[in-house]
Amino acid sequence: MVKKPLRKIYIVLLYVFLYAPIVVLIIFSFNNSKLRGNWDGFTFKWYFQLFKDRYILKSLYYTITIAILSSIISTVIGTISALGIYNMKSIKKKIILNINYLPVLNPDIVTGIALMTLFIFFKMKLGFMTMLLAHITFNIPYVILAVLPKLKQLPKDILEAALDLGATPVLAFKKVILPEIMPGVITGALIAFTLSIDDFVISFFTTGSGVTNLSITIYSMARRGINPKINALSSLMFLSVLVLLVLINKRTSNKREDVFINEKN
Amino acid sequence: MKRTKLIISSFLIIVILLMFIGCKGEDKVTLNVFNWGDYIDETVISEFEKEFGINVNYETFATNEDMYVKIKQGATNYDVAFPSDYMIEKMIKEDMLKEIDLDNIDNFKHINEQFKNLAFDQENKYSIPYMWGTVGILYNTKVVKEPVKSWDILWDEKYKNQILMLDSQRDSIAVALKKLGYSMNTRDKEKLEEAKEELIKQKPLVLAYVVDEVKGMMIGEEAALAVVWSGDAITMMKENENLEYAIPKEGTNLWFDNMVIPKTSKHKKEAELFINFMTRAEISLKNTNYIGYSTTNSETVKMLSKEIQNNKVAYPDKEDIKDSEVFLDPGNFIKEYDKIWTEVKAH
Amino acid sequence: MKKYVVLPYIFWSVLFIVVPLILVLVFSITIKTNGNLVLSLDNFKRFLEPVYIKVLVRSLTLALISTIICLILGYPAALILSKEVTNKRNILILLFIIPMWMNFLLRTYAWMTILGKNGLINNFLSWIGLPTMNLLYNNGAVILGMVYNFLPFMVLPIYTVLSKMDKSVIEAAKDLGANKLKVFLKIIFPLSLPGVTAGITMVFMPAVSTFVISRLLGGGQYMLIGNLIEQQFLFVGDWNFGSALSIIMMIMILISMALMSKYDRKDGGQGLW
Repeated sequence: MVKKPLRKIYIVLLYVFLYAPIVVLIIFSFNNSKLRGNWDGFTFKWYFQLFKDRYILKSLYYTITIAILSSIISTVIGTISALGIYNMKSIKKKIILNINYLPVLNPDIVTGIALMTLFIFFKMKLGFMTMLLAHITFNIPYVILAVLPKLKQLPKDILEAALDLGATPVLAFKKVILPEIMPGVITGALIAFTLSIDDFVISFFTTGSGVTNLSITIYSMARRGINPKINALSSLMFLSVLVLLVLINKRTSNKREDVFINEKN
Repeated sequence: MKRTKLIISSFLIIVILLMFIGCKGEDKVTLNVFNWGDYIDETVISEFEKEFGINVNYETFATNEDMYVKIKQGATNYDVAFPSDYMIEKMIKEDMLKEIDLDNIDNFKHINEQFKNLAFDQENKYSIPYMWGTVGILYNTKVVKEPVKSWDILWDEKYKNQILMLDSQRDSIAVALKKLGYSMNTRDKEKLEEAKEELIKQKPLVLAYVVDEVKGMMIGEEAALAVVWSGDAITMMKENENLEYAIPKEGTNLWFDNMVIPKTSKHKKEAELFINFMTRAEISLKNTNYIGYSTTNSETVKMLSKEIQNNKVAYPDKEDIKDSEVFLDPGNFIKEYDKIWTEVKAH
Repeated sequence: MKKYVVLPYIFWSVLFIVVPLILVLVFSITIKTNGNLVLSLDNFKRFLEPVYIKVLVRSLTLALISTIICLILGYPAALILSKEVTNKRNILILLFIIPMWMNFLLRTYAWMTILGKNGLINNFLSWIGLPTMNLLYNNGAVILGMVYNFLPFMVLPIYTVLSKMDKSVIEAAKDLGANKLKVFLKIIFPLSLPGVTAGITMVFMPAVSTFVISRLLGGGQYMLIGNLIEQQFLFVGDWNFGSALSIIMMIMILISMALMSKYDRKDGGQGLW
C-alpha cells in the first residue's frame, strides 16, 4: 500500500519520538548540576556516587526481582486463565472478563489502599511478599487481555483435532495451542514486566519492612529534586538492556546460519 | 523452547538464592525509620548502626498524607517518622503517637528555643524538631526589576504567564488568604470564599501549578516568579545567580519537619536513641550540609560555614517572620478547602 | 477439564479483586457521621454537582482523544513491524517497549526539558532563525505525554495479532483479484480486530484515571478524575466520597467500552463482550 522508504521513515520517526526523552535523561546523568534545568559541565560523579548508595542499589534489586517474579507468575496464571475464560459460556465469560478489567479501571490509589487494607486484615506483614502479590494482581488482567486475541485467532477445532488424534490435554496445550498463542503470551509478559517496574502508588501502599522499589525511591525524592544518581542508574539499565538485546540477536542469527549450513550439507 | 525454559528457571534460581542472602537471621533489634526521600545523609544511618548495634530499615515517603495513611492503617511497625507540623497535630489528635521521654533526649537542649513548644505540639511531648523553613517568592531579577515585598506581585498583570503557583490546595489557598491579610488557618467560610475568588482571578496569569518540578523550571528560567520552600530556594539560587528569594511582608508559612514515634512502634527505647543521635550537633551538621535546608539545632548552626549562617534565606531575622504562621490541622474543615480547590481547578 | 483451569484465577480474583471491590462499594454507600458509618447515597448525590461532572467529562475526553491518536499512530506501526522478518521484528518490537522501563517520572521530566520555553525544541527553532513556540502547559502537551506513555500498549497487542495471521487467506484474496487496499480493509483489518480491542482497552481504561501527566505537562491547570479521587483518599481523608467517585468512573468506562464493542461487533469482529 505504502512505499517501503515511507514505511521506514515512519518507523524511524516513531523511534525518535520514543527515545528522545531517554536520550535527554542519559545526557543529564552527566550533568554536574544536581538539578534539572541547566547544563553545568560534564561529570561522572553521579555514577561513582550511585555505587556507594546502598539504598538505591537495594531498591534496584527489589525492583528487578519483583518485576521478574511477578511477570512470570502472572503470565503463567494469566495464560491458563485466558484459556479457561475463552472456553466459557458467554454470560459467565462476561462476568469474569468484567471483573478482570477492574484492576485496570481502578485508579492506583484505590487499588493500593484496598489491597493494603486487605493485607493488614489478613495480618500479613507488609513487605516483599505483599508487594509481589499486589503486582501479580494488577498484572494478570493485562496478560489475559494480551492472550485472548490470540486464542480467538486459533482455528476453531484445533484442540479437538489434537485430542482426537490421541494427545492428552496437557500435550495438546503444549504442542498445539501454546506455539500458536506464544506471541500473545510474550506480549503479556512484556507488558506485565513494564507495569511492574514502573509502579509507584500500589507498591508504596503494599510494601513495608524496608522493602522499597525504584519508583518509591524516585517519587519520594521528588520533593527535594530527583538526584542525578537515578539518571545514572537509568542510563546503565538502558545500556545493559541494549547490550543484552544485541547479544541475544547475534546468538539467534548465528544459530540460524548454522541451521542453514546444515541443511545445505 | 528449551532455551526459554533454561533462562526462566535460571532466573528463578538466582532470585530465590538472592532472597536467602537478603534475609540473614539475626537477633539484633531492627528499627523501622520512615522519612522523606533524600532527606538524610545516608552515612549517618550506617554510623548509628555501628555505634549502637541496631539495624535500620529505612523507608521513604513522598507526602505527609502518604505516610499518614500507612501509619494509620497499621502497616509496618514504624519506629521513627518525620511528619510536618499540621500532620503531627493531626496524629496527636488521633492518638497515633507515643510520648517521647525528653530525659532520654539529652540533645534536646541544643534545639533552638524558638522552635520548641510550638502550637502543634505544645510541650514537645511527641515530637523533636529536625528541619524548618519558610515559604516565599523566588523571582528572577532579569524579569522582575522591582523589589518583591508582597504577595500582590503574584496577581500583577505584568507577569502574565510568568508565575508558578503550588499545586497543593493548602499552600495555594494560604497564599491567597495571606494576601488578603487573613490567617491561613482561618475557619471562616466567607474568608475562604474571598480567597477562592482571588485564586480564580489569578488563574489566567498563572503559567502552571507545579509541585516538585518547580526547581528545574526556575533554574531554566521558564518562569519569573514562583512560590517555593526556603530550603529549595537556597539550592536554586546556587544554580542560577539571577534568582532571589523574598518573604512577603504580610507574613508567610513557617514549616517544621519533626521526628516522632508512632504508637505502633515496638522499640521505643531504640527510637529515642535514634532521635537523640539525629539531634547530636555533629550528626545534625552532616544532615544539614547534605540536605541544604535549615536546621533547628542551634549548636549545629554555630558549626556551619559563615556564609550559610549569614544566609538570610536559610536563617531569616526574627523581624522578617513575625507575622508568619505554622499550619494547623484543619480537621474536618479540610473538606471546605478541597471544595474550593476543586472549583478553582475546574474553572 | 479445560473449564476448570480457570478456577485458580477465579479464586485469585475473588480474593484480590472482588473483596477489595466490595470494600470500596461499602465505603461508597456509607457516610461518616459522628464517627459512625451510616448507609447513605449522599456520596453519589454529591457527584451530581456540575464541578465534578465537568471533571469526569474532561478526563473521559482526554483519554478518548489519546486512545484514538494511539490507534492511528500505532496500527500502521504494528502492521509495518509485523511484516519484517521474524528475527528483526522481535528486536524492533522490544525496542518499542524498552523506553517504558525507565521511570515514568524521569521520562516526563525529560519531556519538560524538551518542550520548555528554553527547551531543546525551542533552542533548535531559534538557532535556525524561527520564532519559538509555547509547547508546554497546554492540552497538546498533555495529549503528547499520554500518547507517549500508552503507545506501546496499543502497538503490542495489535502486532501480536497481525504477526501470525493466516497468510493463506490473504493469498487467496489476492488470487481472487483483490487489490492491496481491499485485502487490508476486508481481510487484514477485520481479522486484527481482537488485537485492536485489546489495545484500546489497555490504553483507554488506565488513561481515564491517570493525572500525573496532566499535572506535569499541562501545568496542573485542570483537575482530572484520578486527581480528584486521590485528593479524597489522601488529603481530605474522605474515603467514602473517593470510593463513590471511583465506582462512578468504573461504571462510566465500562459503559463506554460496551458501546464501543457494539460497533466492533457490527464490523464482524469478535468483541470482548
